Amino acid sequence: MRRRSRTGGPTGPRGPAGPTGRPREAASALVLVAGTAVALLALIPLLFVVVYTVVIGPHEAWALLVRPRIGELLVNTTRLVLGCMVLSTALGTAAAWLVERSDLPARRLWHVLLAAPLAVPAFVNSFGWVSLTPKVEGYAGALLIVTLSYFPLVYLPVAAMLRGLDPALEETAYALGLGPWRTFVRVVVPQLRPAMLGGGLLVGIHLLAEFGALQMLRFPTFTTAIYDQYRSSFNGPAANMIASVLVLCCLVLLMGELRLRGHQRYARLGRGSARPAPRRTLGRLTLPATLAMTGLVLLSLGVPIGSLVHWLVVGSSTAFPIGSLASTAATSLGLGLGAAVLTTALAMPVAWLAVRHRGTVSTILERSTYFANALPGIVVALALVTVSIRFVRPVYQTSLLLLTAYAIMFLPRAVVSVRTALAQAPPLLEDVSHSLGHGPLATLRRVTLPLIAPGLGAGAALVFLAVVTELTATLLLAPIGTATLATQFWSNTASAAYGAAAPYGALMVLISAPATYLLSTEARRSVTS
Amino acid sequence: MAVAASAVLVVAAAGCGASGSTGGGSGSSGKPTLTLYNAQHEELLKQITPGFTKQTGIKVRMRNGDDFELANQLVQEGSASPADVFLTENSPAMSLVDSKGLFAKVDTATLAQVPKQFSPADGDWTGFAARSTVLVYNKSKVSEADLPASIMDLSGPRWKGRIAFSPSGADFQAIVSAVVDVKGTAAAKTWLEGLKTNGKVYQGNNVVLKAVNDGEVDAGIIYHYYWYRDQAESGANSDNTQLHYFADKDAGAFLSVSGAGVLKSSKHQAEAQEFVKYLSGVAGQRALAASYALEYPLNPAVPANRAIKPLTELDPPLIEISTLNGPKVIDLMQQAGLL
Repeated sequence: MRRRSRTGGPTGPRGPAGPTGRPREAASALVLVAGTAVALLALIPLLFVVVYTVVIGPHEAWALLVRPRIGELLVNTTRLVLGCMVLSTALGTAAAWLVERSDLPARRLWHVLLAAPLAVPAFVNSFGWVSLTPKVEGYAGALLIVTLSYFPLVYLPVAAMLRGLDPALEETAYALGLGPWRTFVRVVVPQLRPAMLGGGLLVGIHLLAEFGALQMLRFPTFTTAIYDQYRSSFNGPAANMIASVLVLCCLVLLMGELRLRGHQRYARLGRGSARPAPRRTLGRLTLPATLAMTGLVLLSLGVPIGSLVHWLVVGSSTAFPIGSLASTAATSLGLGLGAAVLTTALAMPVAWLAVRHRGTVSTILERSTYFANALPGIVVALALVTVSIRFVRPVYQTSLLLLTAYAIMFLPRAVVSVRTALAQAPPLLEDVSHSLGHGPLATLRRVTLPLIAPGLGAGAALVFLAVVTELTATLLLAPIGTATLATQFWSNTASAAYGAAAPYGALMVLISAPATYLLSTEARRSVTS
Repeated sequence: MAVAASAVLVVAAAGCGASGSTGGGSGSSGKPTLTLYNAQHEELLKQITPGFTKQTGIKVRMRNGDDFELANQLVQEGSASPADVFLTENSPAMSLVDSKGLFAKVDTATLAQVPKQFSPADGDWTGFAARSTVLVYNKSKVSEADLPASIMDLSGPRWKGRIAFSPSGADFQAIVSAVVDVKGTAAAKTWLEGLKTNGKVYQGNNVVLKAVNDGEVDAGIIYHYYWYRDQAESGANSDNTQLHYFADKDAGAFLSVSGAGVLKSSKHQAEAQEFVKYLSGVAGQRALAASYALEYPLNPAVPANRAIKPLTELDPPLIEISTLNGPKVIDLMQQAGLL
């Protein structure tokens, strides 16, 4: 999934001096300005948290930070995040091995089913469990449910990597006398480490930002505590100070992930001749393995879907208010599309600079947008509420502000997709276009855009998927009268009207399903292509 | 560039759409649309506002949130707030907004519609509904003889692990403000610390009720109407439970007042005043009494729903409504580790 393609010719600013030279330089300068503006926008929440902490002064900050509640939240958050990272990695890796390296029957089906939990937002999964039994409240239940929601984030990259591994190394290990299990631990796992750790860290980052699932399970973490503070004090100092701690936690994980990326190396150099690895025969283990996979899918997919259906059918508060369902679905779709277009457009200059004008400035700009990965929706929203109320009143309480929040939060997803696509579009073609007399605009429209369209589409789809299931920023920033599927679902579950909530949850899953399916097939293809 | 341009268009369109809807300007009838910052139950206001619109031709739209969330938001927005009217579930949030001088005086005729003790002395806002604090308990877990005489008893060791409440909600925070008022800050602090040790924290009073009914926890602190509403609907979440009203002017017998006020910054003063007048007037109060809400109407001309215990049988502590202090409660609850 993450690869740095170096196809194409030399990069960097170049271009023959000639009639087209000046407009191209002007265009480059313009892109630089645009890229800088996007980076600054993406940094607003982070700057806000830092500035707020400084302004509030060490004395009050200390008083708000060093209190029993924060300790309790820190313990809760840490043990949940670490527990879930470990479990997801184990589960995701084991499942990936079974699908990619064993002779388990119906592997294609399993692959789709294991990626499918991504289409069920964690708070819908949580709803599925907690509306059936309150026993899942608390640590153990929370750990179970978030793991079932997030393990595909490990499964997908590990499966992709297992597919791409050159079996020659393993064969060498066998030849040197290692058994299958030791070969796996000493040869395969080290090669899988980037995918396992990367996926695991991604789980951690997602989980730090998780709100709805944990609020429903009565397991308080930093993110849920910020929301409770918000409800009791709007954007008060206590909420903002917890936000700064949360951002710090996220940054630790993000740094880990960044480091990992820097060191990641594929052992294989050429890609021409790798054979698909031989599959292990499960033999007598086929039945237990199949049962285990069935259990995993039943728990992660069967329970939430079954629960939604159950409430749709028997819920005492179940109703199908067609008008409300249609209008909230339309709002969700509209916001999703708007955010997808806006975010992809904002990603363009950043990605273009990163690919076509490599250098310190480009790297800094790209990394600035990447930091948003460590900013939970609730922090972004809190920052935007305060900043807009003080400095840009006209956008306060408008959908523009909400779209901006989405753009900041999901910019990294778009940038990665657009960057990959740009890297694969040879700049030579642009040069040819210029030499044929096309200006920068015409070149963009007639050459570059058609080349990178699939990448733009993938980025936009990722953003869309994230927006449709987004809850916290939407709760805080939605303009008066704006309700999305996620917020309607939430407000109904909050008053224990499970039947009334179910149709909104089901619609959210339906909308997310196609994009998730695309992602799972994409992950399968990307390594082999 | 084409993409960038189309993005600008989308953003501009979104911006226009939004500013068009936040303008709050005149509707087709020439009358303005009022913006309510509503911390009362959304469903309740949805049952009251249509009658107002029908009678006056004035449309109403709502921003919904929690008491202190919206109160603090109003404070931050100051004179630029788009809100015309502020409604809460409990009075401490009204006092917070009032303390910043953001309310216009409520018309004297409107104030006269409810008994004096349900509005602050300065007349900056008016009460329009009330709700009583209760202890809901699971009949098979708690015997009547075991019921506490005072809400203060719940912090004692006898109730360890047996008591549910929803500290992040404005309802519980209002009850704490009454405890502070009746018993003093030090006693309230000790009480909160005891509850933190004894209690199970839930999100919302409906969830507390359900947990008590399911036997997850023995008893819970809620307002009366959550129980009555569930009884009226199906009893699915309350049939195993019973209500215990505290008496003798105990802090636990606190009667919380929902307030309504007109923002000084509102550009539609006359219409906003008209709305508040309707809310505590006979028509509005009848709509309230007839609704699913089962809260107490405050206008003496309108009786409460007969299902609920009559207001005259309650024995709440005597509290000057404007002294209930919201920020202090939040502070105490933060110190106790409940927020």
